[in-house]
Amino acid sequence: MGKRWINRIAVGILWACGLMTVVALGAVILYVFVRGIGQITPEFIFTKPHGVNAEGGIGPTIVATIYVTGLSMLIVTPVAVLAAVYLAEYAVQGRLVNAIRFAADTLASVPSIVMGLFGFAFFVEAMGLGFSVLSGALALSFLMLPIVMRATEEAIRAVPKYIRWGSYGLGASKWQTVSRIVLPAALPRILTGIILAMGRAVGETAVVIFTMGQAIYMPILPTDPGRSMTVHLYTLAMEGINIEAAYGTALLLMIMVLFFNLTARWLAARNRRLQG
Amino acid sequence: MTPVPTALNAPLAELAGKPRFSVRDLDFYYGDFQALTGITIDVRENSVTAFIGPSGCGKSTFLRCLNRMNDLIPGTRIEGTITLDGADIYGPGVDPVDLRRRVGMIFQQPNPFPMSIYDNVAFGPRLHGVTKKAELDEIVEKALVRANLWKEVKDIMGRGGLTLSGGQQQRLCIARVLAVQPDVLLMDEPCSAIDPTSVQKVEDLMAELKSTVTIIIVTHNMQQAARVSDETAFFLQERQGEPAELIEFGRTAEIFTSPHDRRTEDYITGRFG
Repeated sequence: MGKRWINRIAVGILWACGLMTVVALGAVILYVFVRGIGQITPEFIFTKPHGVNAEGGIGPTIVATIYVTGLSMLIVTPVAVLAAVYLAEYAVQGRLVNAIRFAADTLASVPSIVMGLFGFAFFVEAMGLGFSVLSGALALSFLMLPIVMRATEEAIRAVPKYIRWGSYGLGASKWQTVSRIVLPAALPRILTGIILAMGRAVGETAVVIFTMGQAIYMPILPTDPGRSMTVHLYTLAMEGINIEAAYGTALLLMIMVLFFNLTARWLAARNRRLQG
Repeated sequence: MTPVPTALNAPLAELAGKPRFSVRDLDFYYGDFQALTGITIDVRENSVTAFIGPSGCGKSTFLRCLNRMNDLIPGTRIEGTITLDGADIYGPGVDPVDLRRRVGMIFQQPNPFPMSIYDNVAFGPRLHGVTKKAELDEIVEKALVRANLWKEVKDIMGRGGLTLSGGQQQRLCIARVLAVQPDVLLMDEPCSAIDPTSVQKVEDLMAELKSTVTIIIVTHNMQQAARVSDETAFFLQERQGEPAELIEFGRTAEIFTSPHDRRTEDYITGRFG
């Protein structure tokens, strides 16, 4: 076989593999879209499920999902950002800092079901928070923490040295430089990290099933229990209650995750444009 | 044998103006590596002093000793003394942050902050506690006027500093420093990254500013040193791995027409560097 043929075959295989990733994504989206689109009505989005077959809408689960994700973001952002500022700007680079980074990376790879179990034992039981949005948000924050922290750290390191020098050269202290120059300059990338982490949290099931419970309930206070969209989807499908509503829920969930991902991409692109 | 810089041979009184910076026997180290040795020099007020020499000769390192910018690099230290208006800038109780307000710095790469033109110039005054809008407006306008940028930007103050051209950005950075009213302006190759028209403007600016601000400029461009400076200091690292030293220092006209040291002559006539 000639070189030309080998080359053609190699390119063909590469092309086919590339195509497969697109087909896989397309197939999932298309299938869920086709099965779910008929369900999406204002009633489905805004009303409560009722009856033994969970007919009606999924309103409370959407509220619970947004509630727990938002609360988790509020908990995680200050901690993660300040930890990253410490790591990137203040800590003496060495063993301790490497240990903290390693811990964050490992935390990111803990299976979420294990995180859920821990959240149940620690927040629900030991701290006595019960099945609640707060317990769910705290457990989810463990999941989001490493994502936001590493994104922030990288964003801070990407701020050019000479911009910091300009600030120091004007008689700014380290904290003034960090808070007035470095963090604002790093903000778009930090936001991107936060949004990606929120996308991850919206799609999380194992953690919230253990910590927020499964009660279909419109949560008002952080101490109220709730059922996330993912948990609702799981229950509907696994117990064969209402498979059509399950696809409707799945479609809404995908739209939300897609929204987070697209927002993150848009922010990153806008940032590249602004900084030339 | 360390040659004695000629400015010390010639009586300093010949040079008008009293010394602003007095440096005596300065050694500088990056960790174990000694980068500068035995620097002794007086920089007098209301003048432009140029530091020239080949790449890696320590002139920028020395410049950063003067506002303690090197403090930001871990493992650096100095021996010897540097006084500013008679006070030791490395003495106990001296806050490098306060020092850097008095000794402003302009960098090779124009480095406006990613914020509006107005906020760039107001950044320093705000740092140091100016909050009244009217007062800030006045400081910003004055600084931009002094930096010869006011006419070009007065109607676009809200626009991002990074949208200006390279030469305008550099003058914006100069305005930003002038807004905190420094006594000294350190310029580290301020013209090497901007276009020729802007170079002209920055050079004119230096001539205007020197009546109120002492200027020290590091430059690779000998014509520039000859054009803008009153005094010139020639630095040289003779062998790789050895510390750089100050070879000769004196009036610019003298350095460029009748240098005392053969190495200075070789450098300015283009035999190396």
